[in-house]
Amino acid sequence: MAAQNLQSVPAELSPEDEAAGQANFDRVMAEDSRIEPKDWMPAAYRKTLLRQISQHAHSEIIGMQPEANWISRAPSLKRKAILMAKVQDEAGHGLYLYSAAETLGQTRDKMMEDLIAGKARYSSIFNYPALTWADMGAIGWLVDGAAICNQVPLCRASYGPYGRAMVRICKEESFHQRQGFEILLELSNGTPEQKQMAQDAVNRWYAPALMMFGPPDDDSPNSKQSMAWNIKRFSNDELRSRFVGMMVEQVRVLGLTLPDDQVRFNEDTRKWEHGPLDWHEFQEVLAGRGPCNAQRLERRREAHDDGAWVREAAAAYAAKQQAKQSMTTKEYAA
Amino acid sequence: MSPETTTGHGDISTGVAGGDSNASATRITPGNALRPEDIALEVRTGLAKPTEDVAEYALRLGDDALVLAQRLGHWISRAPELEEDVALGNIALDQLGHARSFLSYAGGAWEKSEDDLAYFRREHEFRSVQLFEQPNGDFAVTIARQFIVSYYQFELYRRLTESSDETLAAIAAKAVKEVDYHRDHSAQWILRLAGGTDESRTRMIHGLRLMWPYVNELFQDDDLTQRLAEAGAAVAPSSLREDFDRLTGDVLQEAELEVPDVPAAPGGGRRGKHSEHLGYLLAEMQVLAREHPGASW
Repeated sequence: MAAQNLQSVPAELSPEDEAAGQANFDRVMAEDSRIEPKDWMPAAYRKTLLRQISQHAHSEIIGMQPEANWISRAPSLKRKAILMAKVQDEAGHGLYLYSAAETLGQTRDKMMEDLIAGKARYSSIFNYPALTWADMGAIGWLVDGAAICNQVPLCRASYGPYGRAMVRICKEESFHQRQGFEILLELSNGTPEQKQMAQDAVNRWYAPALMMFGPPDDDSPNSKQSMAWNIKRFSNDELRSRFVGMMVEQVRVLGLTLPDDQVRFNEDTRKWEHGPLDWHEFQEVLAGRGPCNAQRLERRREAHDDGAWVREAAAAYAAKQQAKQSMTTKEYAA
Repeated sequence: MSPETTTGHGDISTGVAGGDSNASATRITPGNALRPEDIALEVRTGLAKPTEDVAEYALRLGDDALVLAQRLGHWISRAPELEEDVALGNIALDQLGHARSFLSYAGGAWEKSEDDLAYFRREHEFRSVQLFEQPNGDFAVTIARQFIVSYYQFELYRRLTESSDETLAAIAAKAVKEVDYHRDHSAQWILRLAGGTDESRTRMIHGLRLMWPYVNELFQDDDLTQRLAEAGAAVAPSSLREDFDRLTGDVLQEAELEVPDVPAAPGGGRRGKHSEHLGYLLAEMQVLAREHPGASW
């Protein structure tokens, strides 16, 4: 697409204006206030946000797939309705986030192209398969639960459009987590096969969910800058530890167990600790060698390509309508 | 509000406030909406009980909506544009909601739940007409099917709001508002695809030709609809045809399309005679529930 530079990207500024912009930016950061699309911002800040928000949008879109996999087989009509609504919410989240990213100067078309071309990343968690119905519960409880821990602090992110998008997204995500919990609770109190299904799903999603917070702090080079820019508020390990603490409580209510015998509360640090995570696996999935990487991208590419003629038709129709309208306006004028 | 204080069906359109409070973790329905859970509650508490004929009729409408919801749900994550993932998902959800209401009500005659009816009947026991089970095809085929369905359902539900059966009337009153949006959505797409590119126009014409053989079946009367229409509980399908033809004709004319000149299929869905497609749809929909009979989810 041609229009890769939206109007919100500022033109070249004079050195004085640039200095004034930087001063304003520094003040906003110091006051923990908000940067808006028209404000001057450092190129690196723009780039970081664009990458983060577009990755987040892509994660919502790719994340629709593992759950869409169970819409047709949902075991009750109520569950089917809830799951449909949930996957539909994710499309909505993708839409807000692409819009937020567009305010930084890139079109949704370009972001989508990058995703399909394999140039953009999305959350690795969605490269794991959703094998049973209980995965709908585990994804809601663990994956959306981890996402909420990550995302609630983002409601205060220094970039206005991102923070505001996250407020709405977090509200919906908390419903998603509750419905996941409810699915697992029902299964856990069901037949032995159902309970087994629930435990199996928790076993498979636990470690990947913990890795959603990103690499350990001593191996997370970008975190420091993001924190200085008031985008990120807590470190990866800090959030992971909090998440583990919440899961420990909730898994008891579920009557299930976490597949980690090293979970404990460290009285000295006042933090929850967990067993070792397989960061090699994390890197492998990130590098494209996960169970579903190829499948997920192919499905997105297929939907995009199959829909090309529809998008072209809509654009052509809109152009014709516009031409007709301007003709009518001229006729009236004459 | 306890069931005792609800004064008949007139009230269920405003929801039973104290209904099944565990009904859903995502209960964000606006307060006034009639929920399937409300109907199930009315049925369980004996406040609503359909006659055998009304139950059969509700089963038909519920099966139509259920089968279509199953078809449309497939588009979520596969639509031509994210906005259409949301739009088709919305329509699917609306249809599923209508299906749940009709099936919950129908089940009241036989002590069956919506899920008993959805998951534990076989192909020949489904009463949907054949249009609804037709495969999605490309986006134009889906739009053609949706165009026919939404104009048909709108005329049907509009009249059914005056049914002497208050539960049917209440379900229809909620459904007709939603189906009005479905009409708008499909008509807009008919215009866009017919007036877009050469390719989209060709595909739209093809989609309409593929779906039009199943139009006739929508308007076939039989003994059941005749009895119910005479009693004022239902609408004779044949009585919807004129408005359907006129209103769909207007859209097709604006899109510079002809009403497809194709032979009508004989139909038979209301008697359990289906196309080859329904078996696969049900196999997929029912597989998990049937692996765990008696389980609750």
